[in-house]
Formats: sequence, structure tokens, C-alpha cells
Amino acid sequence: MTGEAPAPPERVSLLDRVRAVSASHRSVSSIVTMAIVTAVLPLAALVPPFSSFNPQSVWVNSFADAGVFVLLALGLNIVVGLAGLLDLGYAAFFAIGAYTYAYGASPFSGNDFPFWIMLLVGALVAATFGLLLGAPTLRLRGDYLAIVTLGFGEIVPTVFLNADKYTKGTNGISGVYAPGLLNLHFQSTNPWPFYLTMAAIVTVAIIAIFRLQDSRLGRAWMAIREDELAAASNGVNTVSTKLLAFALGASTAGLGGVFVAAKLSFVSPDQFGFTVSFTVLAMVVLGGMGNIWGVGIGAFIVFIIQTVILKELNAALAGTPLAFIDFLQYQYLLYGLALVAMMLLRPEGLFPSARRRRELHVAEETEGEPAPAGAMGGIEP
Amino acid sequence: MQMQRSIRLPSRVRRGPYQLVGAVAICLVAAYILVGAQQFSNFLTVGAIYALIALGYTMVYGIIELINFAHGDVFGMGAFVALWLLTVAGFHGAIDNPLVLAVVLVALFLLTMGIMGLVGMVIERVAYRPLRNAPRLAPLITAIGVSFILENIMQAFFGPSPVTSPQIFDLNARFNVAGASIGYLNVFIVLVAVALMIALQVFVGRTRLGRAMRSTAQDREAAQLMGVNIDQTIAITFFIGSALAGAGGIVWALYFGYALFNQGFYAGLFAFTAAVLGGIGNTTGAALGGFFIGFLYVAAAQYGYFRWFEVLVFGVLVLVLVFRPSGLLGQQLGERA
Amino acid sequence: MSADRGNTNATGEAAVTGGVAAEGGATTAAADAAAPAGKAAAEPRILLRATRVTRQFGGLVAVREIDFDIPEGAIVSLIGPNGAGKTTFFNVLAGVTEPTAGRVDFVGRRMIARPVRAWLEPVIWLLPSVIVGLIAAGLDTVERSGRLASLAAIVALLVLIAMLLMASIRSDTYRRLLDRMGIFRSARPNDMVRAGLGRTFQNIRLFQNMTASENVLVGMHTRLRSTPLDALLSTPRQRAEEARSRVRASELLALVGLEGRDDTVARNLPYGDQRRLELARAIASEPSLLLLDEPTAGMNPRETADLTALIARLRRDLGLTILLIEHDMRVVMGISDRVTVLDHGERIAEGTPDEVRRDPRVIEAYLGAPAE
Ligand SMILES: Nc1ncnc2c1ncn2[C@@H]1O[C@H](COP(=O)(O)OP(=O)(O)OP(=O)(O)O)[C@@H](O)[C@H]1O
Ligand SMILES: [Mg+2]
Repeated sequence: MTGEAPAPPERVSLLDRVRAVSASHRSVSSIVTMAIVTAVLPLAALVPPFSSFNPQSVWVNSFADAGVFVLLALGLNIVVGLAGLLDLGYAAFFAIGAYTYAYGASPFSGNDFPFWIMLLVGALVAATFGLLLGAPTLRLRGDYLAIVTLGFGEIVPTVFLNADKYTKGTNGISGVYAPGLLNLHFQSTNPWPFYLTMAAIVTVAIIAIFRLQDSRLGRAWMAIREDELAAASNGVNTVSTKLLAFALGASTAGLGGVFVAAKLSFVSPDQFGFTVSFTVLAMVVLGGMGNIWGVGIGAFIVFIIQTVILKELNAALAGTPLAFIDFLQYQYLLYGLALVAMMLLRPEGLFPSARRRRELHVAEETEGEPAPAGAMGGIEP
Repeated sequence: MQMQRSIRLPSRVRRGPYQLVGAVAICLVAAYILVGAQQFSNFLTVGAIYALIALGYTMVYGIIELINFAHGDVFGMGAFVALWLLTVAGFHGAIDNPLVLAVVLVALFLLTMGIMGLVGMVIERVAYRPLRNAPRLAPLITAIGVSFILENIMQAFFGPSPVTSPQIFDLNARFNVAGASIGYLNVFIVLVAVALMIALQVFVGRTRLGRAMRSTAQDREAAQLMGVNIDQTIAITFFIGSALAGAGGIVWALYFGYALFNQGFYAGLFAFTAAVLGGIGNTTGAALGGFFIGFLYVAAAQYGYFRWFEVLVFGVLVLVLVFRPSGLLGQQLGERA
Repeated sequence: MSADRGNTNATGEAAVTGGVAAEGGATTAAADAAAPAGKAAAEPRILLRATRVTRQFGGLVAVREIDFDIPEGAIVSLIGPNGAGKTTFFNVLAGVTEPTAGRVDFVGRRMIARPVRAWLEPVIWLLPSVIVGLIAAGLDTVERSGRLASLAAIVALLVLIAMLLMASIRSDTYRRLLDRMGIFRSARPNDMVRAGLGRTFQNIRLFQNMTASENVLVGMHTRLRSTPLDALLSTPRQRAEEARSRVRASELLALVGLEGRDDTVARNLPYGDQRRLELARAIASEPSLLLLDEPTAGMNPRETADLTALIARLRRDLGLTILLIEHDMRVVMGISDRVTVLDHGERIAEGTPDEVRRDPRVIEAYLGAPAE
């Protein structure tokens, strides 16, 4: 949006057209990019060195799983990157989406609603819980949201665990129905339909988030992130604007949850622990908060490293003197270090958006000046 | 976005101490009736632990308005340091000689609290101080990162399962009162916690450094102009808060007899609830909040809802935030920020 | 815009005056008499009225029992030595700082005052769904299958969401509901903007990393209609509004003398231009009352003169009412209709610039703590 040349104001209709075309270009270019990525990834899996790790279908399967995390990261990016709120219990909404599908389509509940409708329902239910949690909290200082979501992220799996009459507790709900489309019945042995579905969902999410970012709402998010008091003093309803970001983030996680439940045909509380929230946060920070493509790429890379590369490293080191290092076990230590290091050294992420870089380096450039204010709670000197 | 920089470390409660004391007394009686004499002593013990952790939360929040997510893990680490020190020193069972026991305990507390205090200072220096002028999100993210680092360090050294701690207290040393059998350990723990809290109040209220802390909490720039060394003051706040959490860790190891690498995660959550409940920034409030959480813990266990304890605490947190965000003792925290 | 506000206010005005326990009996009587439309022409209506506003910070009384009226169309100035409480008073008017006591009425509505029964508000959120939930539980004991109950549980949840959404958006229905329940909560800053108040800050508070044009667009936030759904679907309405508002932002920038700087990032603008940009952002919300907190602070005499002229022009062209805090006496004396002097949180003088200039208490206050 910033890159566009300003059109002369007197030619409104032309400006309108330019804008319309460029807006649709954003969507078209997103679709094209995603189509290319979707086509290239499985092909890349066929060439060495990737082909030596896993056969193509295993790769495609893990790409589909990676897609889930890309989706989660995109959703969390709305909350953290665009609105500047910290959500530490993001996995809770993921869990809520998954259990929603498990109730909607499994022998356990006796329901069999179509997957495609349940995608929407899952997103809505997750958003609902986002609203419920956000409404009391977002009126307060930003930090409260962090701790309340942290707590929420912990208790949602606990509730699913303890309410075993309704959730089968630790055993989880199994036999969740797989999706179907026309005559095609998705099967766990064939990852391709899942992969393509995920690619489509991610594409839609990317387009939607771009559109929101460039709208009145996106500007309000940005304004709140920069200076909450100034935003409020310019008419932005900070509570509902933040709430909307929070709910949209939650609904994105809900989508991911429905998908995962359908793909694994199984849900259980331990799939949604704090480590999931933490991993997604690390993905967003590494990818570059606020940068939609960056976050997507960050999530994808982190996921592949986590599920493939670390395993390979362990295997490669087996038998060497370094074999005592279990990379899988230490991955969270690495994420922790990465979070701290990134915030200290490169807060804009590995793939920063230009704007975010300006913002996060503001402290260094205008040395000695107090923090951007909404922060401190103080107002004027 | 309230104007007031809301934090007042000193614990003077506006509504007058007598009312507060009265209210606390009534609550204690109610608690006694609800859970009975036996559990009452457990409630005070568990409450003391959460109170010690909550104090550090509230102090750090009071002075730099940061939720120090790593604080709970400092507590967890304190438990490990304590049990490690005891193991290294070669203690295995109960120490019968009271004099030896006293010496060992003093040494244990001094060492562990000192180490954890230093850990807290290092955390502040490395992860928070460089970000003091950065956007608010940044230190919160490093805080959660540090929390994970600490947990994983503990896991690397002590493994993923609970580690038993040497029991230097004779658990059978008990006395009977009001039909309940109460361990000397319980009494010791409550006494230590109360002593530490009083020491903290005196320190904050009466000493030069305490005054520096209060003025920094109230208005950092003004304090700086008046010659307060801000960096040093914040570092000391972290030292004290973390040392108190370390004390909580020791007490935990002594009382529950084990330590687990991620126990600080939950404990931190509960203690934060305690701090919010009491009015964040208010040390007396944090202590009382800690005892309230201890009561919930014991009551939940007593009435067979122990597995819902976390949910219960979370419910309390949300209810407080909805109905009384400034906490029960009423700190004016920005309602609109 | 100000026309339709005028209509709704003939009645609102009377209500204000009636509700306020004003101390000066004379002013009350005058305002009461002014309520009928006939006399309104002779005596301009009061756009904003502060009544006995007090704000304490701990032991310090920053603002003490200030009564303050701003007549429509006037430029009213607030002066006083450093730390007199001007900005604090300002922040109370703008809904940023809650007053310790007192109230503020704006365009005839009580906007800021002590909360009344605020604790009831969360109850309102929860009660409907609790009722539905209880009904559900009741049904469950009658009809054992549990279907009805789960349906009712879902309904309860939806009711709760609806309540929370209404509450956070503060829709008109919700506001009326609160009124009916006798609940009152002070307006938040954004409510004040929606009601027609615009402001600038003493220390420039632009969105530093956004472009000039984006800053102004945020200022237009309350005047834009497109919803998030419009944005998601990229509806024609949304695109047209975006285009229109960008043009408007350009115009506003040109109006304050920043033509062609649309895409400059705010923090790369020179200091004086940042002040101008803040002004443009403030008028973008089409306010009827503009609060300016030391708009010429840190400017040289030339810039100051330019900006003063700009303010006068804006007032004329946009029909603004202005409340101005200023240290520069030439600015104050040049453009103000009335001047109020604060010292140590109290009002020590009020009148025309000439009257105030000659007031011995004012001279003393300034000699005691000379202005910059
Ligand atoms: N958030 C706050 N907390 C505590 N005291 C405050 C706060 N804001 C203002 N004050 C105090 O209130 C008094 C009035 O301050 P205010 O900023 O309103 O003065 P002012 O008239 O705007 O001064 P200046 O001309 O310097 O802008 C000052 O003594 C100030 O220190
Ligand atoms: Mg001022």
C-alpha cells in the first residue's frame, strides 16, 4: 500500500480504477504465488537431498501439516503482528476448533455434519471464545491479555481432559470422520487432498488478511500498536478494535483445529499444550511480526526444521561423540533463545516488513526519548 | 490508560489497617470452619509459598510494569537449587539435632536466595534492560522466552520427571492442637514466610533503597532527576523479588519433597492471580492473595475438586479482572489502558 | 454537520443545566433562561460545560473544582504557569483522565462524571445468558435426551456474545439499555471524538511510523463507514470510500500546508510539519470542538505566526470552536475571545484578553513563575 504512487486527487475515477485493479492484483498475485508454491513443493520433494530423507507422499503429508502451522502463524500474526497484542494461549483456540469438529462429525457424538460447514462452525466457535476471553481483558492494560491467554491456553486442555464424560478425557475422541468432496472421500493414506485443501485455506487466509490490513480496520490496528492513547483520541474504539483482532486470530486457529481433527481423525487434550502456542509465537517472531509473507515462510521453515531436519540431525549424529545432544528435546530451548535473541538483536524478524523495521528500531534512533507512550500508562509530562 | 502511574510499593492500605486486619481475621475464621483444623495448617503453608512468589511478581510489575513470565520459573529453579545444595552437601534424611538443622537451614536459605537473586538480576540485565524503551511487546516476548530457557535448562540438568528432595525435616515431628496433628515443618514455613514479608515491608518502607524503589515505581523520570540510580534500583528489585521466589522454591522442596522442571509455570500463573487479586503493585495485597490461592488449593483438595484447581484459579483471575481490575486492596490500575 | 447537532441540542441543553448543581446561582439562571430557542441566537449555546472538575494525583490536586464553559464558535484560551494543571484539565475533557470529582457535558450530553452503578454492567453481560442457561438446565431435567439442553447452551453462549459485542462497540441500543438501568460510565476518548471533539497533544503524538496520509486517515476513522466485512469482500462501497478518503486526506494535508507530503513517514517530517500534521489529523474527524495543547510549543516566531494564522483560518473555514492552551502571550492575546488563567490547579482569573492582562493576580502568578 505504501509503495503506490499517489494519483492526482482531481482524477477520482481513474484513481478508483487504479486502486481497484491493484487491489485485485494483490489477490491475484497471492493466488498465483500460492499456486506456484503448492506446485513446486511436492516437486522439490522429488529431488535430492530432500528425496533422500523421505518419499514424496511423506513430504506432502508433512507439507499439509506445515500448512496448519502456517495458518496458525498467520492468525497469530493478526493478534501479535497487526494489533500488537500478545496471545500466549493461542493453542486453546486451535483445540476448540478441533473439538468442535470432533463433536460435529464423529461416532462419539453421533453427528455427521459436512467438513466444509464445520470449518465455518469451528472458526465461529473459536471466535466466540476469543470474544468471551477478550471482552473482559482487553479493557485492561495489554499485559493482562498475555497472562489471561496464558492461563486460558492451559485450562482449555485441562477442561477437555477433566470433563471426560463429554470428551473421553485422555483417550481423546477417535474415529473423527474424514472430509469428502463430491465423490472424493479423503483418506489418511493419501495426503494429497489434505495438502491441496490446506493450500486453498491458506490462500484464502492470506488474501483476507491482506485486505483487512489495508482497510480502515488495519489502520486502526496499526495506530493502536503505535500509540494506543493517540489512537483512542482520534476516535478509534480501542476495545472493539483489539477484540476484533483477537477474535479473528482465534477463528483462524479454529479453522486449523477443524482441519487437524479431520486429518488425524483424532483429537486429544495433549495435542494442544503450551508448546504449541509457544512454537507458533516463535514462528511469528522469527518470520517477522506484521509481515504476512514473512510469517508464512517463517512458520513453514520452523515446522520443517522441527519435524524433519532435527530428526535427521539426531540420526546423523547417532554414533558420533555428539550423540548425547538430542535436538528434538532441546528444540524449545532453541526457540526460547531465538525469541530472546530476536527481540534483542533483530526484532523485525528474519523477513521484516519495512514498516515494522522502522517501528522496532525507533528506540535506537531517537535515543533517550521515552517509549512510545500508550505503553507506559502515563500521558503527558 | 489511566493517568496515574499506579504503583505504590509501600503497603499502607488506604482503608485503614484495622479494617484490613478485621477482614483478614474474619476470612481466617471462615477458612477454618470450611476446611477444619488439619487442612487449615496446610492452607497456611501452601499459601505462604504462593505469597512468596506473588511478592516478586508484584514488585517487578510495580517498578517496571512488566509481567515477568520468567518469575515462576525462578521459583521452580529455586526448588532445584535447594535440593541440589542439600544433595551435594550430603544430606539424605532428617536432621535430628535442632542446632545443626538451624544452621543448615540458615545456610540453605542464604545460599539459595542469593543464587536466585543473582539469576533474577542477570535475567533483568540481559533480557529486559536493553528493551526498556522498546515497544511493550518486546520485553513480554523475551520474558516468555526466558521462561522457556529456564525450564529447559532445568530439564537438561534434572530430567523431565519429578526429582525427590532430601527431607532434612523430620516429617513425624508433629504436635497436636485442636484435634489436628500439625508438623513443625508447617509452622516453620509459615514463620519464615511471615518473617520474610515483614523484612520486605521494613526494607521498602524504611530504608534508603526502599525509598528509591518506591519513587522509581511512582515516577521513574522524577526519581532519576532526584538522583536515584534507576538501573541499580531496578536490579535490586529483581534481586529481592527473585530471592523471595527462591525462598518459595526452598519451602516447596522441603514441604512437597520434590521438584519438577516446569512446576514454576503453573505456580507462576497462580501467583500472578494472587498478585492481581491483591491489587498488582501492592505487596500486602500480593501476600494476602497468595494465602487465598493457598486456601483454594486446600479447599479444592478437601472437597474433591482438586483436578479443577487450575480452572478455579483461572476463574478467579477472570472474575477479578471483570469486576475489580484494581484488586481487592484497590490499586488504581489503568482500567482503560 | 453542526447543523443537525444544533437541532438535537435545544432540549439537551436544558437537561444539562437542570442536572448540574451549579454553584453560581446567576449563571444557572442565565443558562436556564437561554434554553428556549428564541434567545439562543443572542447568546450562543454552550458547547462544552465542565462543572466543578477536580483531579488529584495522590496528594497533589492538579485541578481543583474548575467550572468552565465553552460557547459555540469561540476561541477560548487556557493559560497558566508550568504545572498549573492545564493539560490535566484538558485530558479530563477529552476523556483520557478520569476526574476525581465533577462532570463534563458536551453537546448537551453528560459525558464524564463519577460512575453510577458501574458494577452492574458486567452483570448485564452475564445475566441473560445465565437465565437461558438455567432454563436449559431445567429443560434437561424434564427432557432427558440432552438435545434441548445443548441447544439452549448454544443459545446462551450466543446471547453472551451478543451482549459482549454490544458492550464493546457501545452501540446505541446498549447505551440506551445502560441509561434505563441507571448505569453511567464516563465516555472514553473515542466516544468524545465521535461526539465531535478533536485534539492535539502537547508532546506530539503522531503515529510515527505511518505516513502523513495514513495519520490523517486514522483521524477520519469515525467518519468512515466501511466495515471489516466490506474490507474482506472488497466491496465497491469499500473501494469507493477508500479512494474518497485518500483524496480527502490529501486535501486536509494541503489545508494545513503539507501538500505533496502524503507518503512521507511522519517521523521524517520536520518538527513544525509534525505539529501541522497533528492538526490535520485532529480536524479529520470533523470536530465541532478542537482542543489544542500548546500548538506552537518549540516553534520560532515565524512558524508561530504562520500557525496562528492557520488556526484562525481553520476556525473560520470549518466553523470550529477552539480551546487553546498556550504559553505564547502574543498568540493568546491575538486570537482569543476569552481567556481563563489557572494556577496551582485553581482558576485565578477569567475574562477578555485585556481584562486578564491587567488582572493583578495573573501578573503575580506569572512573576512568581515566569512563563517561557
Ligand atoms: N500522571 C500524573 N501523575 C502524577 N502527577 C501528575 C500527572 N500528570 C500531571 N501531574 C502533575 O499535575 C500537575 C499539573 O500538570 P499539568 O501537566 O496538567 O500542567 P500544565 O499546566 O499542562 O503544565 P505545562 O505548562 O508544563 O504543560 C503537575 O504538578 C504535574 O506534575
Ligand atoms: Mg501541559
